[in-house]
Formats: sequence, structure tokens, C-alpha cells
Amino acid sequence: MRRASRAGWAFAGPALFMLGLFFFVPVALAFALSLTDFDLYALADLGNLRFVGFGNYAELFGTPLFWKALGNTLYFVIVGVPLSIGLSLGAAVLLNGGIRRLSGLFRTALFAPVVTTLVAVAVIWRYLLHTRYGMVNYALAQLGIEPVDWLGDPNWSMPAIILLAVWKNFGYNMVILLAGLQTIPADLYEAATIDGASRWQRFRHVTIPSLAPMLLLVSILTMAGYFQLFAEPYVMTQGGPVESTVSVLYFMYEQGFKWWNLGVASAVAFILFVIMFVITMIQLRIARVRGAI
Amino acid sequence: MSLAAARSTLLALLLSLLLGCSGRGDEREVVRFWAMGREGEVVTQLVPEFERLNPGIRVDVQQIPWTAAHEKLLTAFAGGVTPDIAQLGTSWVAELVALGALAPLDASIAGSTTVEQSDYFPGGWANNVIGGRTWGVPWYADTRLLFYRQDLLREAGFAEPPQSWTEWVAAMRAIKARGAPRDYAIFLPVNEYEPLLALSLQQPEPLLREDGRYGNFRSPGFVRASDFYLSLFREGLAPPLSNTQISNLYDEFARGHFAFYISGPWNIGEFKRRMPPERQDDWMTAPLPGPDGPGASIAGGSALAVFARSEHKTAAWRLVEFLSRPEIQLRFFALTGDLPPRRSVWNAPVLANDRYAAAFRDQLERARPPPSVPEWERIGTQLRIVSERAVAGQITPAQFRATLDADADRMLEKRRSLMAREAGR
Repeated sequence: MRRASRAGWAFAGPALFMLGLFFFVPVALAFALSLTDFDLYALADLGNLRFVGFGNYAELFGTPLFWKALGNTLYFVIVGVPLSIGLSLGAAVLLNGGIRRLSGLFRTALFAPVVTTLVAVAVIWRYLLHTRYGMVNYALAQLGIEPVDWLGDPNWSMPAIILLAVWKNFGYNMVILLAGLQTIPADLYEAATIDGASRWQRFRHVTIPSLAPMLLLVSILTMAGYFQLFAEPYVMTQGGPVESTVSVLYFMYEQGFKWWNLGVASAVAFILFVIMFVITMIQLRIARVRGAI
Repeated sequence: MSLAAARSTLLALLLSLLLGCSGRGDEREVVRFWAMGREGEVVTQLVPEFERLNPGIRVDVQQIPWTAAHEKLLTAFAGGVTPDIAQLGTSWVAELVALGALAPLDASIAGSTTVEQSDYFPGGWANNVIGGRTWGVPWYADTRLLFYRQDLLREAGFAEPPQSWTEWVAAMRAIKARGAPRDYAIFLPVNEYEPLLALSLQQPEPLLREDGRYGNFRSPGFVRASDFYLSLFREGLAPPLSNTQISNLYDEFARGHFAFYISGPWNIGEFKRRMPPERQDDWMTAPLPGPDGPGASIAGGSALAVFARSEHKTAAWRLVEFLSRPEIQLRFFALTGDLPPRRSVWNAPVLANDRYAAAFRDQLERARPPPSVPEWERIGTQLRIVSERAVAGQITPAQFRATLDADADRMLEKRRSLMAREAGR
């Protein structure tokens, strides 16, 4: 027994060491940083660093822009995650059953946005969303819809960002779900068909339950990713217009690298970490109650 | 954290690439120059002449987009890879001085025959003087003033643009009364704080008191300026809209939806390009009216600064001198449209005969710098956010000013404590 456990430690050791060095130590240091007022003056001279306890956290909760950033992020997550997963699931089902002939081509085409760099994609999307010359507005005009100032109107900027993010990311989940779909035994569908189940009933009562563990994984990954919204607003809108696309991470980035308030920025990172941790726990609990895992 | 690491690694990688492929077989001293946006593109056309005049020096220009410039300068300081010379936005000088990143230029200026302080507009120059020392030389000037519709003003019974607030309000009321119900007299975008800042700088009291220790937003001067500003919205002379809510500023201006607009020199080119041809003779620029007679405005623009860690300070200063030469500044103006910070350059016919630039020449004499503390940009951002709420009527003017003072005092807390410690030593 003792020899076995020693062997276990020996095998796990290198990984634990690396994890400790590159994850736990930096996290602990970041937490320590969030209890200080590290700012421009401290950057000039470390003697100007002061310990402020939970002062940064208290200050954040009194900052309207932080709440706005949190609200924007929740908006993005609540609309974007279901949309993204729904689209992935739809595409995966179509690829698995509907389109047999060119499925390889479609699979590649739908996965392509995931592997393209965001900055290059953002340039294209800025053209697409251009108020006057953009193809999106051109298409809307054909339907008789007035042009939308996608990136200039505070009411439309977040939908535009969601559109971009969903399009960019759904391919990844699609591949995971596609793999899940291919493991569902065909005889389940056959049995359901013989019992008289309709197409929708087969999807609802065979596909979804069989995919449950995959869907859980996908929803946790997607949510964790979407909470960390940063690059899309950074390259598309710089947080504007009127702070309508400032996400928590963007707010953190501005605090850290625009104003150089690294203490406050670390506090933001920790708050975001706690929020994501709690929500993931809730997701796992729901999944366990429902018997998905 | 991972972002910071990624950034500095990337920076190091880029730098090593840069250093790796340059300078082989080239004995010249290399001056690294960071310039922003359009200026960064244009300055490469001026550099060959400098290199011809100074055969021992090679200038390595790096163009940085404005949106990334501020972060890049601070990150470069943290990583110890600041350039030799850089173009600085006026509000950054105080930050970089607080960091000790810049080299004082007083001795160089005193020994220079090119850079003569008396030839520079005082407000632009004052932006670079902190703690009694000069940290930068203005490269180009910037200020805000009135763009207005001559025809609408004339129709309302005013032959000349207003000079005082009283005249201004009278003109705006007359214009509003003549216009359609949904027309306004002036457009003050609520997401810009510069108009309010310009009005505040016309007041005798500074915006921060006790050497930048506390906010001074309840001073009689700021009360006057902010009451005037807010009254324009309350009276219906200005629409409570942001820049993003108005689809096309130039169209609306051409249609006469408003007759006054406070903006900067870059809009001369935009108005020329984007106002319809039949309206080209109707718009003009005028100095900003003040409480009683022509008023001050914001001194802005960019400066050239030499970094403390540079090992090529003499060569860098030569570049500053070269770019400050009147004939080079004139060429720079021709290339960019950026207004020269030196009076002598304005005597050149191309500027002296420019009817739109004349008001800027006048206004630059009366431009005043915003407070030069590192926290100013954050306080300015707060001014924008809180004034937007005051315009919307969510808070009263008194609450507006009290909030600003409280916010500014909180942001300046560290500065106060460091100054107290410094004094105690």
C-alpha cells in the first residue's frame, strides 16, 4: 500500500510541481496583490506600496462602471451561451444525419472560424457591420429594415459582439457534440421509431439524454469562456459606445494596463473567479440532480 | 497576470527581432523613436533629411496606434525598454514624470538656438512643465473652439460670432426661436467632457486645489461654468445626446439642426470634406466665448520627450531640435494638418491666409493646460461620466459637484499621502 502510494506521488509529482509553480503560486501572489494598492506610484518605487486589506474590493462594489461591466458580461453570457450551444447542437445534428454527402466539407467550413485569429476575423466583421457599406445592413435593407449602427449604437453594440462571438466559437462545441452524437447507438433510434416516436420525440428523448454529459461539459466550458469576454470588445469597440461593451475582463484590463492599478485589477480577477466558480458549482449540482453525471 | 506576461514576452520577442535584424554593418548610433497614429506614419518622411544632416545617427521610428500607445509606454517602463524619444499626449507627461521615466530638458533648451520658449504658445509649453522643470517640447498644438453656421447666425440678427457668454446665449436663443421645434442651437455631445472642461478652464480658480491634493469642483468658478453648461441643456438649446446617438454630425450641421459645435483642428479637414458643397461658405471657426469677452480653452496636443534611461540623449535631443525647426514644422503641418505650436511658423502664408485656422491662432494664445497630475485622465473620465448623469437630470448640479469632489479626493488620496510623506522627510 505505502509503496503504491509512493509510486502514485512519484507519477503525479512533476505535474503537481508544474501546477503549483505556474498556477497556485501566481494565483496566491495575485491574491496578495489584490490586497495592496499597487499603482503607478508603486511602479515607480516599491516603497510607495501600501497594504489596504479588502479596500480594493470595497471600492469596486462602490464603482458604477464595475457594476455596468458585470451587467454587460451577464448579458453576454445569458444570451450568448444558449445561442452558441443551440447553434452548435443544431449544426452537429445536421452534420450527423442531415447532410451525408458533403459532411466533411461542411465540418471543415463550420470549424474554420474557431482556428482563425480573432483580429483578422474582427477586421472582416467590422466591414460586414459597417453602417453604410456593410453587407449585414445591405441584407437588412433588402428586407426593408432600416440600417442599424451596429458598433456605434449602445443598444446594438452588444448584440453585434454576441453575433461575432457565437459565429467565432460555435464550431468548437459542434465538434464535441458531433463526437457525442456518433456514440449514440443506432438501435436506440430504431427502437424509438418502432414505438412510433416522431422525429422531434426521438431528438428530445433519445438524443438529448444521451448527449447530457457532453452538453454539461460544453456548457461549463462555454460559460467559463464567455465570462472571460475580452478580445472581441477590445478589437471591435474598445468598450464603447458609452461603455456598453465593457466586460469585466475589459474593465480589469483597463484598470491594470491603462491606469496601472494592478491592485484593483487583481481584485477584479478574484471577484470574477469567485462568480465563475459558484456558477460552475451550481451547474454541476443541477447536472447531478438530473442524473447527467 | 497571464496577459502581462504574454505582453512582455511578446514585447521582448519583437524587440529582439527588431534589434536582431537591424544594425548589421551599420555603425551609426540608433535613436529609437516612438510616434503615434498619423504622426507616426508621416514622420518617416522627415527622417531621411535628419539622417542626411546627422550622418552618425540612424532613427528607428516605431509607429504605435493611439489606442495602444499609453499602455505600451507604461509597459515599456515596467519592462525597462523605453525608447530614446517619444511623442507624448499632454495628459501622459505627468504620469511619466511621476514614474521618473523622462529626462529633464531644461539644460538642453537653455543651450539650444532652435527651441526658444518665447516663440511657443504659453499654454502648450506649460503642459510640459512639472515641478519647475521642463520635460517635453511641444510638437503640435491642439485646442477646442467654436465651429458655427455664419448664415444662421446672420439670419438671427448677429453679424459677428459671440465673444462673451451673454452674447453667446442671446445668439443661441435667437437661433433656437427661429428654428424648427426639433432644432437646437448647439451640440455638446454628452459623452465628451472637453466642452465643459474648456468652460471650466476659463475660470480663475484651478480645477484641483492645494497643488493637486484635492478636487476643487465646488469653487465659485466651476459652479459658474457647470451651471452655464447645464443651463444650455435645461433651456433646450442643446440636445442631451451623445456622439454615438447622432447619425451624422456633418449632415445635421449642414441641415441646420444646430448652429454651434465645440471641436478641435482635425475637424477643419472633416468639415471641408464632409459638408455639402452648397454649405461650404456657411461654416466658420471662432474663438471660444468667455464669461466676459474672449475666453480660454484647453491646451492640448503632443510633445516630444527624451527618456531618462536612454543612452542616446544627445542624439535624441538633436532629433527634437530638428523636428522643432520652423521650416520642418511647416512641412509637418502640410503633411498632417496638425497646428504648429510656435508663433513664427504661423507667419507662413499657408497658415496666415487660412481663414479657418485664424481662430485657432487666436485661441492658442489663450489656451490653458488642464491640471498636470498623473490622476487627471481618470478624473477627466469621471467628469464625463458624472456630467452625463447631471445632464440627464439624475442628479442635481450641487450633487454633481459634490460627487466630483468626492471622486477626485478619493483618486488623489495616494498622491496626498505621498506628498505628506515627502514633506515629512
